[in-house]
Amino acid sequence: MNLLPSAATLAALVKIGLLVGGLMTAAAYLVLLERWIAAWVQDRRGPNRVGIPLTKIRLFGLGQPLADGLKIILKEDFTPSGVDRVLYNAAPLVILAASLAIFAAIPFGSVLPPLGIPGLPDPVPFLVAPGLDVGVLWVFALSSIAVYGVLLGGWASNNKYGFLGGLRSSAQLVAYEIPLGLGLLGVVLAAGSLRLDTIMNVQAESGVWYAFAQPLGFIVFMVASFAEAARLPFDLPEAEQELVGGYHTEYSGIKLLLFLVAEFLHMITAAFLIVILFLGGWHLWGVTGSSQEIGWIQALLRFGILSGKILGVIVFFMLVRWSWPRFRFDQLMNLAWKVMLPLGLLNLVTVATVEEFRPQLVAALGPGFAGAVAIALPWIACLAGWLVAGVFTPSGTDNTPILTHDPLDIERELAEHERLERSPHIVSPTELAGSR
Amino acid sequence: MKPTDPAITWLEEKPLGLTERLYLPLFLQGLSTTARHMVSRKVTVNYPEVRPTVGNPLIYRGVHRLNRDDAGRVKCVACFLCATACPAHCIDIVATESPWPDREKYPESFSIDELRCIFCGMCEEACPVDAIELTSLLDLTGKSREEMIFDKEKLLSVYDMTKDAEPMKSKTLAAGGMATFGPAPGLAAGAGGHH
Repeated sequence: MNLLPSAATLAALVKIGLLVGGLMTAAAYLVLLERWIAAWVQDRRGPNRVGIPLTKIRLFGLGQPLADGLKIILKEDFTPSGVDRVLYNAAPLVILAASLAIFAAIPFGSVLPPLGIPGLPDPVPFLVAPGLDVGVLWVFALSSIAVYGVLLGGWASNNKYGFLGGLRSSAQLVAYEIPLGLGLLGVVLAAGSLRLDTIMNVQAESGVWYAFAQPLGFIVFMVASFAEAARLPFDLPEAEQELVGGYHTEYSGIKLLLFLVAEFLHMITAAFLIVILFLGGWHLWGVTGSSQEIGWIQALLRFGILSGKILGVIVFFMLVRWSWPRFRFDQLMNLAWKVMLPLGLLNLVTVATVEEFRPQLVAALGPGFAGAVAIALPWIACLAGWLVAGVFTPSGTDNTPILTHDPLDIERELAEHERLERSPHIVSPTELAGSR
Repeated sequence: MKPTDPAITWLEEKPLGLTERLYLPLFLQGLSTTARHMVSRKVTVNYPEVRPTVGNPLIYRGVHRLNRDDAGRVKCVACFLCATACPAHCIDIVATESPWPDREKYPESFSIDELRCIFCGMCEEACPVDAIELTSLLDLTGKSREEMIFDKEKLLSVYDMTKDAEPMKSKTLAAGGMATFGPAPGLAAGAGGHH
C-alpha cells in the first residue's frame, strides 16, 4: 500500500496552504483598509504609525494588523455565566470553518501553464477542488451554514442583545437568500454551468460580462450580497448602536477574533462571487485572452486582474458603508420581498427568454445584431422594472396607529382623562395609587 | 411646553419625489460625496512632526505666563483678583510689600497648578494690570505632578519665551488687533493658518 500522498493531493495541500494563509492575511489587512477608508472619508488620516516593530520605520501604518491581532489574542477570553458552553465554544469555529471551506470551490485565478509533474493533470487550475461540478451549490450551501455560527453564538450567549442579533440574522438570511439565488440563476442559465471557472471562461470567450448582459441580476445580486455579508446598510445583526455588538456581544479575546475574521471572509466571498459571476473574473478586454493554454506572465496577469477587481469591489463595499445609513428592519424586509424578489424574477424571465430564442435571433438577424438585441432586452427590462419598483413599492411598513382624533388636541386629551377618572367602571391609575 | 404652543412650528415630511423613490440617483449622490471626501485634504495634523496652527493666538487659552513691565520686573501687583476669580482654585499667591515705589505689593511667590487649571481664562479677564495671560502654547507635559506646578520664575520664563511671537495683549489690543478678530500684525507670520 502506498502511503505517500499523490501529486494531486500535494498540489491541493499547497493550494490550501496558500489560500488560507492569503485569506487570513487579507482579512487582517482589510481591517486596516476599512479603518483607512473610514478615516479618509471623514477627512482624517487613519492609522499611520505602526510599522516594523522595534524600529522607527512606519510604512504608512502597515504594521497595524500585527499589533491589532496580538492585542486581541492576548486579551482575556472571558466566558460569561449562564451560557450554553458547547454551543458558545462551537459557534466561532463553525462560522470560521464554514467561511474558509467556501473557498474550496472558488477559483482565485485562471490556470497555471503546464508544469509537467507526473501524476498531476495539466494545466493546473487556481482552484482547490478542480473537479467539483456543483461549485456554486457548494458555495451557497456553506455560506448558509456560516450563518449557523451567528445563530448559535447569539443563542448560546444567554444575552438579549446577542439573541436579537441572531434573530435578525436568521430573518435577514431567509429574506435575502432568495434574491441572491435568483440573481445567480440568471448567470447559471446563461453560462449553462454551475462551475465558477466555466462561468468565467464563458464570459472571457464572449467578452460580455454578465453585469452588462444582465444588469438587473447584477443589481439584485449585489444588494443581496451586501445583506448576506451583513455589511452596511444591512448590518442589522450587529447594529452597534442598537444591539451593542449583536450576536458577538458576549464574546471576547480570540473567539471574538474568529468572528471578526469570519465577517471579513464573508465580505471577501461576496466580492469573489460578484467579480466571478458578473464582472468577468480574470478577463479584461485586450489584456487577457480567453485561451486556456497560457504562459507564466499571462497566468500571473490573470491572477492580478482578478485580485484587483476583488479589491475594487471591497473598496466599494467599504465606501458604501459611509454613504448610506442603516435600513430599518421593516424597510429591509420590504426591500427583500417587495422589490428584490420581483426584480429577480423579472431578470430570470428575461434571461430565460433571451437564451431560449437566441438561436432563432441569430438565424434571423445575424450574430452581431442578435448579440446587441440580447443585451438591449435585459436593459429595457431593467429600466422598466426599476421604474415600476421605485414608483409603486412602499419604502417601509407604516406601523403608526390609526388615529381617530387630532393627537395635538390637548383639551380633548384632558377631557378624556377626566372622563376616565370619573368613570365608575375603569379604575384609573390615580385611584389605584390612592387606595393603597 | 405644550404641543399646542404657538412657538412650535410643526413640519410635515415632504413626500418623496421620483429620484428619491428610485434610490439609485440619491445613492450615487451620496457615494460621490464620500468619494470626494476620501481624496480631499485631511483636517488632522500629524501632530508631533507637524504643529497644528492656532487660529488666533489672542483668544487661544494655552499655558499661562506672567508678564514683565518695561523695566523687566514682574507686572503683578498681588491683588489676588485672579486667585479669587479662578473656579479651579489653582492659583496660589504669597504677597509681600513691594520694594518699588509704584505699587504697594508684589508677589513673593506665584504658582499655578497647571494640572488643576481648566484653562477658562478667568484669571486673564480678572487681572487689572494685564499681568497674567494665556499663551497659545498648547502642549503641556511633565513627568511629575510637582513639575506641573509652575512657580513665578517658570511663568516669567514662559513670558520670555513667548514675548516675541505673542506681544502683550494689552498692547496688541490697543493697536486694534482684536477689532478684526484676526491675528495681530506682528503675529501674521506665526499664525498662517488662520481663517
